[in-house]
Amino acid sequence: MSREMIVCKNLEKTFETSRGPVPVIDQVTLQVHENELLVLFGPGQCGKSTMINCMSGLEAATGGTVEVSGKQVEKPGPDRGVVYQRMALFPWLTVMGNVEYGPKVRGIPKKERRERAQHYIDLVGLKGFENSYPNQLSGGMQQRVGIARAYCNEPDVLFMDEPFGHLDAQTRYLMQEDLMKIWEKEKRTVVFVTNNIEEAIYLADRIVVMTNCPTRIKKEYVIDLPRPRNYVDKEFLRLRGEISAVVDKAL
Amino acid sequence: MVKRFHEKAGKYQKAACAAVSIFVFLCIWQMAVAFTKAGLVLAGPVETLTAFFTAILKPIGTHTIEGHILWSLGRVLVGFAFGSLAGTVLGILMGWFRPVSAFFRPIFELLRPIPPIAWIPLSIVWFGLGEMSKYFLIFYSAFCAVTMNAYSGVRAVDPELMGAARMLGANNRQVFTGIVLPSCVPHIFAGLQIAVGTSWATVVAAEMVRSSEGVGWVIIKGQDSNSTVQILVGIVAIGIVGYILAVAMRAIEARLCRWSVRGK
Repeated sequence: MSREMIVCKNLEKTFETSRGPVPVIDQVTLQVHENELLVLFGPGQCGKSTMINCMSGLEAATGGTVEVSGKQVEKPGPDRGVVYQRMALFPWLTVMGNVEYGPKVRGIPKKERRERAQHYIDLVGLKGFENSYPNQLSGGMQQRVGIARAYCNEPDVLFMDEPFGHLDAQTRYLMQEDLMKIWEKEKRTVVFVTNNIEEAIYLADRIVVMTNCPTRIKKEYVIDLPRPRNYVDKEFLRLRGEISAVVDKAL
Repeated sequence: MVKRFHEKAGKYQKAACAAVSIFVFLCIWQMAVAFTKAGLVLAGPVETLTAFFTAILKPIGTHTIEGHILWSLGRVLVGFAFGSLAGTVLGILMGWFRPVSAFFRPIFELLRPIPPIAWIPLSIVWFGLGEMSKYFLIFYSAFCAVTMNAYSGVRAVDPELMGAARMLGANNRQVFTGIVLPSCVPHIFAGLQIAVGTSWATVVAAEMVRSSEGVGWVIIKGQDSNSTVQILVGIVAIGIVGYILAVAMRAIEARLCRWSVRGK
């Protein structure tokens, strides 16, 4: 049995608003194994992104605990990497500048961090674009920078918050395929949030289906289809039907 | 390649249009002066431009026209440099530290609607008739514009970017220098653009009130000697320099903020 990289116990998050408290996460208990690709799947606006924000430490949980590789998560930190839906690249830095940002602020010498950044830039297929600015790249390429930037800090776990949500359908398929290749080459513990069932089954080792807000775990599926997966494979389609029937409808 | 070509063609076309429109304007002006009574109170373009080019070699008062321009520019440079530097620093501090903005913002909201030229009499009382009062006025006009823009630039930094930087391991100081400062550069430049314009306008006004050189002085001396030609020479100089300043600022901004505009 592999090591548990992420352990959430009775995780709770309630936002205080002017109209009173709004509970978003309700008592979620969850483990993510080392090098597992776990997909949090649920309807839009259900609280999946809040889950990621609490697990990564970007937001403080209001109840329960999150541990990443044995350490309690309290605030943002470089042992956790995040890939954002809106990319969140630094527009004034080049591709190289973005990818090496993490090692740079952590004081890793220039030569070493350049080499490492180059490795991940090559890995995501952006060789030759090192000196481009984000606004010169397409959406898919921008998100490749986002993935390389998260990888380059060599965190214990990676959180991906609907990273392909803003891409067109064609690019999205391509990015899913490439993310699989990257992940197979350099395995990491990944928590991937999506509301796209195809994407979930294509990528996941395990899918955790979340309910509508306040979100709870509804059901879990271990996906052991061989990779690379085929979107129109019989078993793929069966799972797709089954999981689609289980998930709550978004309003 | 094709796109480049079209862009270039567009550029030449624009320049040609500008040349034609200016030429037509000058023709109308010339005809108005030649065939109507406007000629009694207004010099024509030929006369004005001749006087302007003559003034390059032959001084008006103690300086040639470029001498006057340099005097005015020098005053702007001193006031603008200190004003925008101080404004940038204060604006950023206001944006980053809440107590600073809580204290200074109300003061700025009160000062903002007051045009710099309203301070001319007081500045003469405070700083005398010499250079200091002019520096002060230009400092003031640059300072106000830049402070408010730098402040709103810091307030407008994308919190997601700051979060991303913290996630990657940046501490508070690194978030400030690496995220906040670069992302408010375009805002500061917007402030500098406004500041250059108002500084240039202010120096002319200040020189018209009290000075012995500069483009504002050229105009006011023209008024004293009833010379519409000399007034127009001053106005042409103001227009040309103002235009060059604006173009230069845009060029510097385009260079420094390459990342914020859509690239090639």
